[in-house]
This record gives sequence, C-alpha cells and structure tokens, in this order.
Amino acid sequence: MPINILMPALSPTMEKGNLAKWLKKEGEAVKTGDVIAEIETDKATMEYEAVDDGVMAKIVVPEGTNDVPVNALIAVLAQEGEDPKAVAAAAVAKSPSAGAPSPQPSPPQGEGAAVPAAPPAQPSAAEARAPSAPPAPRPPSPPGGEGRGEGAPAPGPGTRIFASPLARRLAKEAGLDLARIQGTGPRGRVIARDIAAAKEGQGLKAPAAAPSAAPSPAPVAAPALVPTPSDEKIRALFEPGSYEVVPHDNMRKIIAQRLVQAKQTIPHFYLTLDCNIGKLLAAREEINAAAPKDKDGKPAWKLSVNDFVIKALAVALVRVPEANVTWTEGGMLKHKHADVGVAVAIPGGLITPIVRQADTKPLSVISNEMKDFAARARARKLKPEEYQGGTTAVSNLGMFGIKEFYAVINPPHATILSVGAGEERPIAKNGKIEVAQMMTVGLATDHRAVDGALGAQLFGVFKSLIENPVMMVV
Amino acid sequence: MADTNFDIIIIGSGPGGYVCAIRAAQLGFKTAIVERDYLGGICLNWGCIPTKALLRSAEIFHYLEHAKDYGLSAQNVSYDPSAVVKRSRAVSKRLNDGVGFLMKKNKVTVIWGEAAIDAPGKITVKPPPNPPPRAGEGRVGEAPKDALGPGAYQAKHIIVATGARPRVLPGLEPDKKLVWTYFEAMVPERIPKSLLVVGSGAIGIEFASFYRTFGTEVTVVEVLPQILPVEDAEIAAFARKSFEKQGIKILTGAKVTKLDKKADSVTATIDDGKGGTQTLTVDRVISAVGVVGNTENLGLEKLGVKIERGAIVVDGACRTNVPGIYAIGDVAGPPLLAHKAEHEGVICVEAIKGLNPHPMDRRMIPGCTYCTPQIASVGLTEQAAKDQKRDIRVGRFPFVGNGKAIALGEDQGLVKVIFDKKTGQLLGAHMVGAEVTELIQGYVIAMNLETTEEELMHTVFPHPTLSEMMKEAVLDAYGRVLNM
Repeated sequence: MPINILMPALSPTMEKGNLAKWLKKEGEAVKTGDVIAEIETDKATMEYEAVDDGVMAKIVVPEGTNDVPVNALIAVLAQEGEDPKAVAAAAVAKSPSAGAPSPQPSPPQGEGAAVPAAPPAQPSAAEARAPSAPPAPRPPSPPGGEGRGEGAPAPGPGTRIFASPLARRLAKEAGLDLARIQGTGPRGRVIARDIAAAKEGQGLKAPAAAPSAAPSPAPVAAPALVPTPSDEKIRALFEPGSYEVVPHDNMRKIIAQRLVQAKQTIPHFYLTLDCNIGKLLAAREEINAAAPKDKDGKPAWKLSVNDFVIKALAVALVRVPEANVTWTEGGMLKHKHADVGVAVAIPGGLITPIVRQADTKPLSVISNEMKDFAARARARKLKPEEYQGGTTAVSNLGMFGIKEFYAVINPPHATILSVGAGEERPIAKNGKIEVAQMMTVGLATDHRAVDGALGAQLFGVFKSLIENPVMMVV
Repeated sequence: MADTNFDIIIIGSGPGGYVCAIRAAQLGFKTAIVERDYLGGICLNWGCIPTKALLRSAEIFHYLEHAKDYGLSAQNVSYDPSAVVKRSRAVSKRLNDGVGFLMKKNKVTVIWGEAAIDAPGKITVKPPPNPPPRAGEGRVGEAPKDALGPGAYQAKHIIVATGARPRVLPGLEPDKKLVWTYFEAMVPERIPKSLLVVGSGAIGIEFASFYRTFGTEVTVVEVLPQILPVEDAEIAAFARKSFEKQGIKILTGAKVTKLDKKADSVTATIDDGKGGTQTLTVDRVISAVGVVGNTENLGLEKLGVKIERGAIVVDGACRTNVPGIYAIGDVAGPPLLAHKAEHEGVICVEAIKGLNPHPMDRRMIPGCTYCTPQIASVGLTEQAAKDQKRDIRVGRFPFVGNGKAIALGEDQGLVKVIFDKKTGQLLGAHMVGAEVTELIQGYVIAMNLETTEEELMHTVFPHPTLSEMMKEAVLDAYGRVLNM
C-alpha cells in the first residue's frame, strides 16, 4: 500500500506551515531517516524525515506553497513492489487538485491504491452540537503519521470534534466549549486530561468561528467583522508565568458575545445632560419619611435615586413613543410600554433584570422589585424571563463616584441611560453662581432607530421629569 | 571485526527488552540486545508462558476427572509429571526460538553475556556467569549462532531491561530442593504430596491451583488479611471460597516464622497473627513472596542512576536521571507485569525517536491470574475508589445469570464494575471466573477510549458469550440489569 506523507506538526501549536523545499524528487528512493523536505513554520525552518522506506511516487504540494494545513497530504510514497506511476496516478485522482493542499483527512491506506476513495462523509453540524449523541462512525484518519496527537488541525465550522465520551461529558459539566480545547489524544482527540487542563486555563485555542460548535446553547453571535488574534498570539506577548489564566464561565462568555455584537452592529450615538436633582432629593426624603412601618419597624418602601431614574426614563419613553423602539431589519418595533433593564453588578459580571411596564408602576413598586431583583441576581437565582428582553436600560455607576460615562446598548434595546454621581456643584443661575445638587447623565442611542434629534427630545423629557419628579404623576 | 557501535543497546531480552528491540529496529535504529541466559527472559522461559502450559495440563486433567458432568466417560485418568513438565518446557523453547527468529528478522544484533554500563554510551559485556545465576541441569539458554560475544560496545542510548528475580525473605531462603522458587516449582520431578505456598500473589496462587488440581495438599500462607492482595476484596473473597472448596487451606494475616528442614520434608512454624502458632509439615515449600528488580552489577550506582526501593527511577518516557540511560519493565518499578514492560519498551524508543508517545497510564494496566477460577482486573478496586473519596456506582453480575457460563458448566464467577457516579467514567473492572483473563481487555479498551456507561450500554455484545456479563454488570451499576 502506498504511504501518504502528511504535513507534519513540528510544534504542538503549529496549524499550518510552508513547504519550503523538496529534497527528494519524484521517482527518487527514500529511506527511513532521509530528510525529504524542509518545512517552514513562523519560527523556524525544519527538516522533515521520512519514517518509511519507499519511492517518492508523487509530490502533491509543490515546494514554495505557503500555509499548508497540518496533516494535509503533501506527497505519496510507493512501497517496495509498488509501481510508483500507478501510485502517483491514484494519488492524483484522490487529491482534489494536485496543487492545492487538501484540508481533509487523506483517504485511508486500506481502500486500495488504484481506486479513488470516496471523500469522508462530513458529519452534520448537529452531531457536533449534540455531545450526548452516540459517536458517529469515525471518518478515516490519515495513515502513516507516527507522531500522535501533536498539533492536529483546529476543527473549523461544521467539522466534527474528536473527543472521548468522557471528555465530552466533563466539558459539558464544566461549561467548556469543546471546539476551543486543544486535544492531546491520538491525532488531536480531546481526552479527559485536556478538559482538566482547560479548567486550569491551559491548552485553550482561539474561540471557534462558528458558535454552532459550542456545546451549550449560546445565543447566535453576529459574524465577527475583524478576526481576533489567537489566544496563543496574545499570550505570546506576555512573559510565561507572569500571568494566570482564568477560564471563562458562561456569564463571561455571554457578556463578551453580546457586547461585541452590540458594538459591531449598533451604531451608537451619545448625548449628555446635567440634571439638577435638588427637588428629587427633597421629594425622596419626604416620601421615604412618610412610608408606613410594619410591626418590626420596617418601612414599606425606601426609594433610591435610581428608582426615580427608572421611573423617569420609562415615563419619558411613553411620552416620546418614537424613541421606545427596537430596530429589526424588517421594521421598527414600537413598544407600548417601557420595560426598563437595570444593570446589577454581581461577582464575576453583571446581569440586567427588567422592570416590566415601569411607566405604569408606582415608585414604591419599582423600588421593591429592584431590591428583590438585586438580591436574587447576586444569588444567581434570576429566571431567564426576568432578564431577557426589555426596551431600554439604566446603568448607574454613581455610587462609585463616576461623574459621567456611556454604557453599551444591550440588544434588543435602542437606548441606554448612564447615570453618574449626584454631587454638589456650582451652577450659574440668573447671572449668579449657586450651589446645586447635580447629576450628569449620558444617553446612548441606536442611531438606526433613534436619531440625534429624537434622542435629544427623549432626553429633554427625561430631564424635566427628573428635575421635577412631581411631573411623573401627571 | 564485528561492528560494536550501535544507536541503541538493550540489556535484557525479556518481553520488555525484545519488544523494545523490535520497535527500535522498526524505527531505523541500529539495535543490539544483550542476554546472559535466555532470549525471552523469565516471562517466556520461567514465568508467564510455561506456567500457562502447566495450568493447561491441570485444566484438562480436571475436565477428564469430571467427564461425567458432561455426559462423557474417561477411565483410568492419570498424569505423568515429567510429560507435563516436558510439554511446558517445549512451549518455552518454541517461543525462545521465536524470539531468536524475531531478532534476526528485524536485524537486531544479539550480544551474549552479562553487561555493565561503564559510562553513558559505553558498556562492557562479560561472558555469561558459569554456572548461571540459576544453575540447574539443562537450564542454560543457548546463544544464537550469530550472536556477538564479550567485549566493549558503544551506543548512544542504553536501555536497562534486566527484569526481576524472586524476593528472598530471611528464614525462607530457597534451597532449590525443599524450598522452591518458581524455577523449581515449574519443573518438579514428582508432584509433592503436600505443599506450603508462602505468599498469595499471582505466582503463589497459580502454583497452589496447579498442584491442588494434581492432588497435592496445599496450604497458602498470606501475611496480609486478604489473598491476592492487589485485587478487589470482594473478588478475592469469592476466589478464596472457591479455592477452599477445592481443598486449598488458606491462612491470611499469618506468617511463616521458621522452617525446619528434614531429609525430604519441611516443618514450618506459622504465626497465625492472633497470638497463636502452629506447625505444619510438608514435602515442599514454595516461596512466592514477590520479586525484586535486578538493579545490581550494572554499574548504575557508580553512574549515579537514581534507584528507589529496588527500582530504577524513570520518567514518563522511561528516562533515568542520567542522560542516555533508560530503564523499562520490572527493573523500572511496579506493576511488575510483562505487558507493562513491553509497552514501556515501545514508548521508550518512540520517545528517543522524537515521536512524542503518550506516557503510559499506569491506572489502566490490566492484571491476570490464571488459577481456577481465573481472576482479571483493571483500574481501581472499590476500596481504592472509596479511599480516593470518589462517589461511585458499583455494578455486579454473577456467572449463574449467564447462559453461556451455564452451558460451559462454569457457573461460578462474578463480574464487577466501578463507575464514577458524577462523570460515568469507568474506574475499575474486576472479574473472577472462567476465561475472564480473555474478557478483561474489553473493559481496558473502554477505559482507554474514555467511554462512559452510556457507550457501554449502547454496545451490542454477542450472544451467547461470557462477555454479555460485562454489559450486564454495567447495566446493574445503573439499576438496569436484565438477566438477574
């Protein structure tokens, strides 16, 4: 049987290499240990030694070819007693085009040299997605390579991920994406120890382009516009040992995915306003002081400034309904109520529970709902329906003393309000300097849905409400 | 003048050494192997293989004695110990010749003599010891015709594969006549009337089983509380019951403290571990208290090769702390099994070749004992899994529930599997009963491929076979057993 010579992995991370030079010509005898080719990686040029005896029957990838994937068929060796010409002919028939390296695994030795082998069946993406499904028949693996496991090609979209059943189960439990784990088993198969390593942050590859390969039902990501550099490349910028790798949990992955999606698909437009919250603070004090107390002395409500902000934004959106929208390609969704998401920071990330129909709810209801949401968010006990959807959002960093900032719109919202700290500031009023309680607020809008003037109109209504909270009750 | 320069020289031609030599030759290394006694080492000549030949004779004898159970009749069934031994020796000889052939076929040079390493890269071979280490009539192996002799040899890589020898306990020193090791036990002139076996590991139990079948009064003394100490306690207890039913006397937690030798018998003093002692007079004693690595007289100490508890310390690629010197097999530490040695031999030279072989996972090396009933196991015992604080599921299936076993007249046995409760990882499998040594490999493959209970349950096992019990045991672990 002829021996297929495959692009070797010269380092554990090598995915592609350049075929710099052939040192054996077609028809030339090759002995075990002979240097047959020079392979160039991004780091070095290395000699490729034959591991079998034979005659070079066919050079499939000509010298000077760049970026040949690891394990691609590069040449075919005829063994003793085989006609190199027949082997070469068969090799040509098998290779899709003699010049272009095939990224597919080469046909197995066992199928007969002269018969062009059928291409290995491409498993469906569904298989890759269902980790508990019984393993499909394994496509033929490339024969001939003595080295095991090192640097098998990274699975692309729709490619079956070779992983042991135990590894699949462990990955699922750990919430790890199999496609991102560098397999160290035979021919790059992901095995249990790779999952253990991945949990320590080792052996992780760049995120797979296709989220369909992810074992968890992740939301569909927008296509990446600019490819991000590989993890390897990023890590190479830092001295080994100078950092530790903390694997992403699902929340972190979803935050990253959604915010990249937001910044890549939503044209953000920003507005800023200073609001005088003197009246608001006074009203708040009065309302809180008037709260009836239960038998334990606990007041029925204790409003925060943020509760006023939620209510004001909701009322403003209902009063400027053109701004209470969601962009879709098919048409604008014009919402009848304002559902306000409120960003809650929790250990390891944040989550945005939604106060539904905040425009219709009294401040005391909003306030108590938020307290409940915040407590359950920290315990990670929110139900999906409590944090999915919404028509707008509020992010408040005032408690950290932040003066102003602009949050990223959380799809499917068209707006997000960023609330800074309330503080005493000198303001000019009627030609005089006065001291007032001021708060700077930023508004980001999705320019596809809310244009500048419309955003300004919404923001103006908000300002009037927040500066005169009594206007919220009309 | 013969070429004395090699890429790789392997010292010792046991199963580890000779397999290592073949793989080295396959990889294009110029390879030589040094042997002082027998090609094929203990395994082929004084261990695994000849004992299997003896046990086969015992097994057939047993069947003939029980021919009636199968509706057959056999009169005047008897045995000829010398013919039984002769057959066993012939089996060894055939395989010993086979190794010679394999060396030739793979162009491995055989060097006959005793090797010592002078320095990394350099060895000196002296003539084989005369008399050889185990002097006895007709026991010196023959050098192949084209073997090289004593002299100085050079090799970039030196692989020590010198194996192990019987451990000697003070007071229990073998004398080749009354107190035997496996060497003498394998070539008895007559079957002794009574026998004391000290040690209940695989070697002790196999000889106990062999001699019992031929009618010897056998007593086994084990210092630990359990016979077959490395096996799962439940399996060992099952086996013990079966041995006792056959008439083997077993004393566990007991110790032979003294041997009084007479002309043709030995009186042993046995401390029963509970403050009492008893004496037992037997024809012969077999000392089977383990084996120790042959690390001596190789020049290793002088070179600073690290040796701990009688074993050369090696890494996952069988490298010692001294560059250019490697060790495989029994001499490189437990488990002391031929198949472990073979695999290390392959890994060792593949690593030298730069092929990045996977280091061996010692948790997945199966073990087999060829007594009646047979015992086979891989992975963690139930106790070991518990000691590791693993949350486990245990499944069992007895031979009485298997059609094939009943048809064979072999309805005594047990298959036991241990899974990690959380991940479904197969942690261990333990079997006792007919032919289990041929069955265990199914579980070994499953473990190596990291299958979970799900794949094992999805696998179709052929009917009617003993192997069906392997699936049933898995099902039992998950409360789904069918035929019980």
